[in-house]
Amino acid sequence: MGKKEDNIKKAKNLMNKLDHIRNIGIAAHIDHGKTTLSDNLLAGCGMMSEELAGKQLVLDYDEQEQNRGITINTASASMVHEFEGSEYLINLLDTPGHVDFGGDVTRAMRAVDGCVVVVCAVEGAMPQTETVVRQALREKVKPVLFINKVDRLINELRVTPEEMQQRFIKIINKFNELVNKMVPEEFKGKWNVKVEDGSVAFGSAYYNWAISAPYMKKSGLSFKDIYEYCNKNDQKTLAKKTPIHEVLLDMVVDHLPSPKEAQKYRIPHIWRGDINSELGRSMVETDENGPLAVMITKIIMDPHAGEVAVGRVYSGKIERGQEVYVAGMPKINRVQQVNLMVGADRIPVDFVSAGNIVAATGIKDAIAGSTVTDNPDVEPFERIVHISEPVVTVAVEAKNTKDLPKLIEVLRTVSKADPSIQVEINQETGENLMSGMGELHLEITEYRIKNDYGVDIVTSEPIVVYRESVAKKSPHSFEGKSPNKHNRFYIEVEPLPENIIKALYNNEIPQNVKKYRNEVVKKLQELGMDKETAKGVFGIKGLNIITDVTKGIQYLFETRELIKEAFEEVMKSGPIADEPCQGLLVKLVDAKLHEDAIHRGPAQVIPAVRNAIYGAIMTSDPVLLEPMQKVFISTPQELMGDATRELNQRRAVVRDMQTEKDMVNIDAKAPVAEMFGFASAIRSATGGRVLWNTENIGFEPLPRQLQPEIVRKIRERKGLKPEPYPPEYYMD
Amino acid sequence: MNKGSLVFIGLGLYDEKDITLKGFEEVKKADKVFAEFYTAKLFGTTLKDIETLIGKKITVLSREKTEKGEVVLDSAEKHYTVFLTAGDPMTATTHVDLRIRAIKRGINTQVVHGCSIITAVPGLLGLQSYKFGRTTTLVFPDKNYFPTSPYEVIKENKKMGLHTLVLLDVQADKNRYMTANEGMKFLLEMEEKNRGNVLSKDTLVCVVARAGSNKPVVKADSIKNLIKIDFGPPLHTLVVPGRLHFMEVEALIALAHLPAQLGEKLQKI
Ligand SMILES: Nc1nc2c(ncn2[C@@H]2O[C@H](COP(=O)(O)OP(=O)(O)O)[C@@H](O)[C@H]2O)c(=O)[nH]1
Repeated sequence: MGKKEDNIKKAKNLMNKLDHIRNIGIAAHIDHGKTTLSDNLLAGCGMMSEELAGKQLVLDYDEQEQNRGITINTASASMVHEFEGSEYLINLLDTPGHVDFGGDVTRAMRAVDGCVVVVCAVEGAMPQTETVVRQALREKVKPVLFINKVDRLINELRVTPEEMQQRFIKIINKFNELVNKMVPEEFKGKWNVKVEDGSVAFGSAYYNWAISAPYMKKSGLSFKDIYEYCNKNDQKTLAKKTPIHEVLLDMVVDHLPSPKEAQKYRIPHIWRGDINSELGRSMVETDENGPLAVMITKIIMDPHAGEVAVGRVYSGKIERGQEVYVAGMPKINRVQQVNLMVGADRIPVDFVSAGNIVAATGIKDAIAGSTVTDNPDVEPFERIVHISEPVVTVAVEAKNTKDLPKLIEVLRTVSKADPSIQVEINQETGENLMSGMGELHLEITEYRIKNDYGVDIVTSEPIVVYRESVAKKSPHSFEGKSPNKHNRFYIEVEPLPENIIKALYNNEIPQNVKKYRNEVVKKLQELGMDKETAKGVFGIKGLNIITDVTKGIQYLFETRELIKEAFEEVMKSGPIADEPCQGLLVKLVDAKLHEDAIHRGPAQVIPAVRNAIYGAIMTSDPVLLEPMQKVFISTPQELMGDATRELNQRRAVVRDMQTEKDMVNIDAKAPVAEMFGFASAIRSATGGRVLWNTENIGFEPLPRQLQPEIVRKIRERKGLKPEPYPPEYYMD
Repeated sequence: MNKGSLVFIGLGLYDEKDITLKGFEEVKKADKVFAEFYTAKLFGTTLKDIETLIGKKITVLSREKTEKGEVVLDSAEKHYTVFLTAGDPMTATTHVDLRIRAIKRGINTQVVHGCSIITAVPGLLGLQSYKFGRTTTLVFPDKNYFPTSPYEVIKENKKMGLHTLVLLDVQADKNRYMTANEGMKFLLEMEEKNRGNVLSKDTLVCVVARAGSNKPVVKADSIKNLIKIDFGPPLHTLVVPGRLHFMEVEALIALAHLPAQLGEKLQKI
């Protein structure tokens, strides 16, 4: 039996020994070595041939990712590792490193209990290091630290052993500082990493070695020995004496929690259902005999098997042939194959039990983020916190009209596999819109549509997605009349305070107000909303809230769902430019209703409320918000002028600038709209010697003087009258 | 003052012959004739037959056009304009609104009444019109809209011993008319939801179908008996009686086939 086959057998046997399982992710700033590390861990465990590791990237399915050096997909792999005489099953979920793909990262984080954060010894903690640590801690995922590329410190930068130690200390301190800033209360002080206990490791993912304090004892090697081996250019021996997979997986087993341990504190955090229900208890106990609950983290397209759903089993067992429900979908799905993932291979098994990662076919209705259960009525896992939301859109057309039906199908599939891609399909005009996290994200998706799915497409220039809001409170309530003139609704709008917007954004307030009324009211009051307004809240849509502050109006409750429908409609497309609204508090202050139910149905109430909200927005200093990006640039001193010139042309604001040796780190903020084409511009301006990356950081008001022009452009593009309607238009 | 004017004329209940003689004379003089049939409809006739009778073309308006009212008002500013409706024009509140707006625009207005379901149904049943409370309408449940206020209206009326005239939804655009059977079903559902002890399967209700026709169906019995009966084509109307005067019980037995046994029981109370 080959090593791989042997491992598969062991993996199957370990599946139900919960203390001997770890579900982990690896996260890093781009290029710090996550992919290299993942591959060499797999190779070390005999999951792929050793010669291939480092060349063939098991976890990077897409050829294109290799070309770009960015890991996009979250796949999963299981490894078997021996620690202190017993065997452990380690399920590794690959988390994408680029923040443009924030949706994927969070989803993968939710499915793991621990995380190895890779930091490059040369560059140190970078902005995305902070982001991934934040993401992990937000999901109560425990981090450990791996300081990578130590070989470069020695061989390229030629630092002395003392300088090397200094650097390590600096990185560790910085890391612990990040942890302290964001760690969940109950783990304060407990989740800091320490060299002595082995929660920090150092090494070279590329040359396949690593070292930690416990492993030094075990192997008898010292820092000095390591320094020497590197200096002698004999890292091969080092890799034999202190192989990276041994050291890192020891660290994982020793410091990261088992599912049984982690689900106890993570389930109440990631699941809003009743912890004392049968399912709640079963998940907290990681009970394989309890009801089924799986959270899908990723859909992979397989040329043979079709859609494969990868996810974490929190309770029960998922079996071949089982009938399951996907939360929010009406139909029963029948599970076909159930697999363990080993690298890119799926190994069919009869079932996968609680605490493990499964790859299953047949769950047709699942998308990344779905909850799969054996009972249609259970509470789904909390909607996944979106770190970022789509900010850029392109129109997609099939080059050959005959491909149009296929294109529509492919677009649907693409957004199922990557929910951070949103598609809007218009059968009539044939114009299909695709939105994503950024220019690069869309380019990559475009490339996949062409290459993986074989549909030739043309896309428009990217367009920025805007938001609509108001700058001040309505001067008076706005009256909206129903078409039959017998119903009137009086609405005021005002900007929501920043802290409430933030809480909505972080999903700290449930969107389903009907179900979680008390929680919503309490949370909003805690955030400073007055009692009356908070108590009246009956709808939340995106980052907007509607509240009813009227008193004792007869029959109003019957029209409430209709009012909510109108509110949701307006929040989806506002009066300024038909873009979504954000940060609005919509107040129903009065209403006058017809006596008879027949005259206050949907056809009357919806238009009346819609007009009242539109009108109220237009009287409250309407503003357009544009998406912003954090732009982080690392440039050699002598090119700083070129880099800042490039920024200055793009309405960018430099927020911080720091010099480190001969490099300057620039931290700037710029509108997404201005950042199109930045990649090639900065490359040609600096001869490609500048490192940079961006991160979406939400929406900010457009400078006033630009607003009319941009509004006109958007409206014309959408075939609307160039100017928004004045408030009077909505009066009857 | 404008030289045009706007005359609302009620067409009555069932067929083209229900218009009053006065209404008929007025419409003959009209330059322009509009009509709407979304609030109610005459089932015993067709648009064509009405047009033949009055010798004029009729422009039928949708709900949106009627509610906007612009076409009618614009015409009425210059021409002698007639607006035809089923029943008695001003029972539909939309028409009151249209009249007020006409007056604000300086247009002469006039109303020629027609007979209305509001009086016809009590009449056919022999119930006394001053013993009715608020009228209500049962609405087809829609996405996000299933008002149960009709139940509340019946409850309030009953408390005061009053009868309730329960009109049933007319969705002419969808060719959908609520039957008495559906109406009773919805009422029982509302009882189920609200549990206010207002109705049960044994509650006495009255059904009138095709009021104004030569053979209207007029029935009074318990819900459980009536809900099984096919009352034929629309329109149907329900009445939920309150406290009955002995004369009313007698009338229900004579006019609405109220089973004698049930009648006797009611007499005693
Ligand atoms: N010298 C050296 N290079 C490394 C090491 N780890 C990764 N690299 C290189 O750094 C680059 C980025 O690594 P990769 O694993 O793709 O980073 P990722 O973006 O975090 O997945 C690649 O060119 C790797 O070969 C290391 O330990 N030493």
